[in-house]
Amino acid sequence: MQKRAVVSVVGKDQVGIISKVTTVLSDNKMNILDISQTILQDFFTMIMIIDIKDTTNLKHLQEQFKPVENELGLKISIQLEDVFQAMHRV
Amino acid sequence: MPIGFTEIQETIRMVEMEHLDIRTVTMGISLRDCADHDFDKLKDNVYQKVTSCAKDLTATANQVAQEYGVPIINKRIAISPAAELLGHATKKQAIELAMTLDKAAQSLGVDFIGGFSALVHKGISKGDHVLLEALPEALSQTERVCASISVATTRTGINMDAVAQLGHIIQQTANLTKDNNSIGCAKLVVFCNPVEDNPFMAGAFHGAGEGETVLSVGVSGPGVVLHALKRYPDADLGEVADVIKNTAFKITRAGELIGRVVAERLQVPFGIMDLSLAPTNALNDSVAEILEEIGLERVGTHGTIAALALMNDAVKKGGAMASSYVGGLSGAFIPVSEDNGMIRAIEDGALNLSKLEAMTCVCSVGLDMIALEGTASPATLAAIIADEAAIGMINKKTTAVRIIPVIGKKAGETVEFGGLLGRAPIIGVNPFHSDKLIQRGGRIPAPLQSLIN
Repeated sequence: MQKRAVVSVVGKDQVGIISKVTTVLSDNKMNILDISQTILQDFFTMIMIIDIKDTTNLKHLQEQFKPVENELGLKISIQLEDVFQAMHRV
Repeated sequence: MPIGFTEIQETIRMVEMEHLDIRTVTMGISLRDCADHDFDKLKDNVYQKVTSCAKDLTATANQVAQEYGVPIINKRIAISPAAELLGHATKKQAIELAMTLDKAAQSLGVDFIGGFSALVHKGISKGDHVLLEALPEALSQTERVCASISVATTRTGINMDAVAQLGHIIQQTANLTKDNNSIGCAKLVVFCNPVEDNPFMAGAFHGAGEGETVLSVGVSGPGVVLHALKRYPDADLGEVADVIKNTAFKITRAGELIGRVVAERLQVPFGIMDLSLAPTNALNDSVAEILEEIGLERVGTHGTIAALALMNDAVKKGGAMASSYVGGLSGAFIPVSEDNGMIRAIEDGALNLSKLEAMTCVCSVGLDMIALEGTASPATLAAIIADEAAIGMINKKTTAVRIIPVIGKKAGETVEFGGLLGRAPIIGVNPFHSDKLIQRGGRIPAPLQSLIN
């Protein structure tokens, strides 16, 4: 069953952000369903919808993102998509 | 329809920068089946029931908060009014029960357990009497136990004997905790028209109409509302109401989702969703600043009541549309010590006790976390409670009093409570006394508008 989560990545724009973040996802065999990004005054924001398959994977994934966050000075958060649906769709 | 980039950004911004949080998930637990002739057995039953019903509360709430990326700040417990268990007890035993509850809360890692309560709005039963007698010591000897006393309702009037007694109880509690800025009083709420499903402390208790266990959720977010309003500096008041309503809607939806997930995982029925704008001392997390954003130079000046009425109603409307089970207090809290804008307004002389009383006519609760000069007499404290109860009784709304006469402090000084409870300027009370009104005792009869059935 598909379980969707939103991965948001915020930080200073630099080479290799998408590559490093998506590597973590592919290492964990997680499919990216949608991806979008903007750069506003050197500020990089990327939002991906991924299929996390099972909510139990969430914690593990968060831990795997930690080294990337530290290396590139990013803030990466993963949230189940339901919360966005609840807030923005009736 | 897929969620848009800007919508995702909005939610993330609310959490990361505007202090959107689930303020509390509160598990209501009925302790009625814990009654026993042997008081030691009774205490043991209480401890066992509380710690077994709520054993996974903290862990589950933390887990869900992590999954959804919305922080759940407090995990709390509300029990059925403790006075129900104290019919045969002595004062000493009642204090022991409070300590048992304190120990249970501590072992569960919850910061407050509410419901060391009695409903005495019409009369005082044996158990109620014991609880009232024990209150000052129970509050000063425990850390996490919160008490609430119902002294009035629209249908019964005001029990002025209980009000008079509470004046003494508050003063004694203040004295017993005077080395700690009389902090014991911060854990005692005196209610008119209390609600049975309020998840917020210190006034939470598990009401008589509730089931065995229930999970209720309190969501907050003054910061989110403030930031939303800042984007519309020139909107007219109808549009202002709309902005608040829309924001309240979104916050409530998030809260309900998360509350339901926590309830489902704990296999406890979901109770209600309480959207109350509850300020904290964090920067921009202030209800007063929302009112100032609407258009007041300082909260407390002329127009404050109008702005507060607009905001409180808009919050309720947004919340009511977002959840089928809105309950609790739902509206805006105006605690003084927990709101930087309120503190500033008092320090600047814009806000005083009389205006705070007037504000309680249109906001969700009442006089909250107000530090008074330590010399305020029990009769004066009782009279303040009576005034507030009268406002609630006549207006058919919940009002509450949580005042702290800070022993050894005078008007104009400041008291630091620390942590969540913040700091407060000491407010002076009226120098004229109300002793005779309080000495008369008896009940103020129910007002005519309540006789509708």
